[in-house]
Amino acid sequence: MNVSNAMVLSRLAELAGPSHVTNDPAEIATYQIDGKSPAAVVRPASSEEVAEIVKFAAAEKLAIVPTGARTKLGIGMPPRQFDLALDMTRMDRIVAYDPGDLTLSVEPGIPLHKIAGTLAEHRQFLPLAVPFMDRATAGGTIASGVDSPLRQIYGTARDFVLGMEFITGEGIAAKSGGRVVKNVAGYDMHKLMIGALGTLGVITKVNFRTFPLPRAARTCVATFRGPTAACEFRHGIARSALRPQSVEILAAGAGCDPLLGRRAAVSFEDDRWSVVVSFAGDEPVLDRTRRELQGLARGMNQNSLESFTELRANLAENVNRYIADLPAAILEYSPAAAIFKVSALPMDMAGLAADIHGIEVPWLVMMRGLGVTYLALLPPDRSEGSLRVLKQECARIFSLSERAPWGRSVLLWCPSELKREINVWGAPSGDFAQMQKLKSVFDPSGILSPGRFMGGL
Amino acid sequence: MPMDSRLLHDLKKLLGPRGVLHEPEDLMLYEYDGSVEVARPDCVVFPRATAEVVEIVRLASRHKVPLVGRGTGTGLSGGAIARHGGIITSFARMNRIVEIDAENQRATVQPGVVNSDLSVAVEHLGLHFAPDPSSQKACTIGGNVSENSGGPHTLAYGVTVNHVLSLEIVLPSGELMRLGSPALDPPGYDLTGLFVGSEGTFGLVTEITVKLTRNPEAVKTLLAVFDSVDDATETVAEITARGITPAACEMLDGWTIRAVEDYVHAGFPLDCAAILLIEVDGLREVAEAEAKDVADVCALHHAREVRVARDARERDLLWKGRKNAFGAAGRLAPSYYTQDGVIPRTKLPATLRGIGEISKKYGLQIGNVFHAGDGNLHPIILFDERNEQQFRDTIRAGDEIIEFCIQMGGSITGEHGVGMEKDRLMPLLFSEADLDLMRRVRDVFNPTGMLNPGKILPISKGCGEIYVRPRPALAPPSA
Repeated sequence: MNVSNAMVLSRLAELAGPSHVTNDPAEIATYQIDGKSPAAVVRPASSEEVAEIVKFAAAEKLAIVPTGARTKLGIGMPPRQFDLALDMTRMDRIVAYDPGDLTLSVEPGIPLHKIAGTLAEHRQFLPLAVPFMDRATAGGTIASGVDSPLRQIYGTARDFVLGMEFITGEGIAAKSGGRVVKNVAGYDMHKLMIGALGTLGVITKVNFRTFPLPRAARTCVATFRGPTAACEFRHGIARSALRPQSVEILAAGAGCDPLLGRRAAVSFEDDRWSVVVSFAGDEPVLDRTRRELQGLARGMNQNSLESFTELRANLAENVNRYIADLPAAILEYSPAAAIFKVSALPMDMAGLAADIHGIEVPWLVMMRGLGVTYLALLPPDRSEGSLRVLKQECARIFSLSERAPWGRSVLLWCPSELKREINVWGAPSGDFAQMQKLKSVFDPSGILSPGRFMGGL
Repeated sequence: MPMDSRLLHDLKKLLGPRGVLHEPEDLMLYEYDGSVEVARPDCVVFPRATAEVVEIVRLASRHKVPLVGRGTGTGLSGGAIARHGGIITSFARMNRIVEIDAENQRATVQPGVVNSDLSVAVEHLGLHFAPDPSSQKACTIGGNVSENSGGPHTLAYGVTVNHVLSLEIVLPSGELMRLGSPALDPPGYDLTGLFVGSEGTFGLVTEITVKLTRNPEAVKTLLAVFDSVDDATETVAEITARGITPAACEMLDGWTIRAVEDYVHAGFPLDCAAILLIEVDGLREVAEAEAKDVADVCALHHAREVRVARDARERDLLWKGRKNAFGAAGRLAPSYYTQDGVIPRTKLPATLRGIGEISKKYGLQIGNVFHAGDGNLHPIILFDERNEQQFRDTIRAGDEIIEFCIQMGGSITGEHGVGMEKDRLMPLLFSEADLDLMRRVRDVFNPTGMLNPGKILPISKGCGEIYVRPRPALAPPSA
């Protein structure tokens, strides 16, 4: 902090109340990002307080990182400067919920499971089966841009966030969109906030479209030898009339703990590639979907299908939860893991999968049916030697994913040490100049999560 | 203001004499779109390729002349009208489907491709382009991108932005840029999501990559007939409450039904208060079960009759009735004015009563056609533009309807756009800070304001100004 600490603390105490500001070393250490602690933590209770704090921070050139449950602060580059953690968890109210309109308006600090509980009373839900969903907040989920297996049918936040309110880097309260499911008034600035890691504004309210909960669901697992048949099965489903809730392909290389697979009801042995398909509806639909999935799986090269099973109901629920949460499980199992998100066209997935085979570190891959791949590298330890190999392999994955037309990689999670040498975002895209200009509109003094986003934004 | 002869000369040199229109009699066609707005451009140009668009933008920029993109002019808020004159860039000749990638369910098109032409082109592959504005047989995908167009089936399938992956754009500086990617989730801010719906104020679009949607295996279209409007609106609420999301859920009121029936002969009963046109789709089993559920709900809410279209021909006829509602209204009065308010769907009964009172207050006939499933209203106000008082009353009634929608927690436009029709209403929805930020966001792309000036953002602060509207068109084309 480039101003005297005491002055900052007393001003923050005025703005948020003395009991909601702290510089206690033990406490601020829990807000670390890549080993960097903030000088203080402040917990605002309202949009007005957020605005005042940001105004003050802008005047004093204090860098702010908004935080929720702090489950995904590892995403992105370390902040260039980190003075204040803006803990949003006191702003945890449901502002409005109109089940008949299928709309929900929440403050950012509300945990997703709390939303799920309220919506379930009306047999509705938000299709955000995201990592850390047992703790993650709505704001953090949106700001980090994580996706969910359910995107297969419901899309991503981009498709069901109807509007937002946010505080800009100048402390100005602004909004875009609205609370109705169809709206084209004004520029959709809230689309920019999704996945921006808090670099453009502090989200103070999110309006969602909610969805009716399916009446019943089932899950089947088809296991194949080799990635080609698994991807062919995925293509077969895409060509069919079936509308599954999720299609996830899982596999792992030698040295990956088989337990990680068993919890997803799949085997990681001997080049086994499993496709976990969930589908919902009434009994006749479920029966037919199961039958046709089995037919499609058998229709692949006969020798490549290893097994086709339907999971028991309670097991299916656990498996789907686990798959949605897999990045979290991997990080818990191996804190030094490097987890990539690779985007490619669906038809290029098999080629990507074949390339992954050459990786020299234990790996685990999860490919969403629409063409988004999560690839985890699991080094045996955090030793210098292991990190050196990890770094080499990461560089290889960046270049290998860009071989496919439109292929792109982001290194979502990795040991902090690697970030000194690798930019996790890869090279900035061709429209980066516009992004820079937008950043300077929303945050002219560069105090919001500085440096965490692509190209140092 | 006559066109600078140098500029005209340069444009003709670039595009050939047939690529530029500038005679007053030619320009008259380009004064209008589907709204009641009018303004004359100084010339209209017809580029054939992206490189020509870049040159046009550079010339306009050098001569400091406004530039407005245009598809087929079916817009309903004046988005494609040259409010302050200048050059209209028509994409009529950039109408090629560049690539169909069936396996990845993507297509890349030039902006002038007509919406339904893309669906026709991929029909044999079992695919379609989901956004389906009522004008889909005429409107272009470039226009859909600019306006973030909707349509009846957006209830289940989403609006244009949900189907656009990547754009090639030309900025006012003449810079060519790609936003987004045909692959999902490209890193960086979602500029594609921001650009879609920016109504031509950020850049000209020269190429669009969209998602293609698999055709449903089965479709069931139901026509439910009601003797009371409240019964119809309560039916809509209960369908939602039962967890059914129809592919489409449209409502027409009695007056509109009679107007349509007289014109289209869709088989709508003439003596009812309202009809619902509900479509469910998906797997055969899903469509059948949901159709039955929907029919049960209709019966529960006193539907006089529920008819299920027996085949594609009957279904098309029902949809023809719905999609020609505006055209039918146009036959009954010299002019009509269509609003595009949105309300939370549970507020439908109150809003319809509100519109009824506004109709009575001004003595104006107002028909109601709307996307009931998502609360997007299209009241049609009939008037005679030769009657000055009636014209002013029509505008006032329209504004009052919109104000009512905002009071209900809704929006001023669901799918038609703000354009030059509702810019003055923006302060009802957004604060000065919101609008100022939007202005600065626009300046990132369009710093001099030369692209589509006078759209979306109100010119003056507040909404107290007296709005002088240009004379409206005679019965504009159908929406």
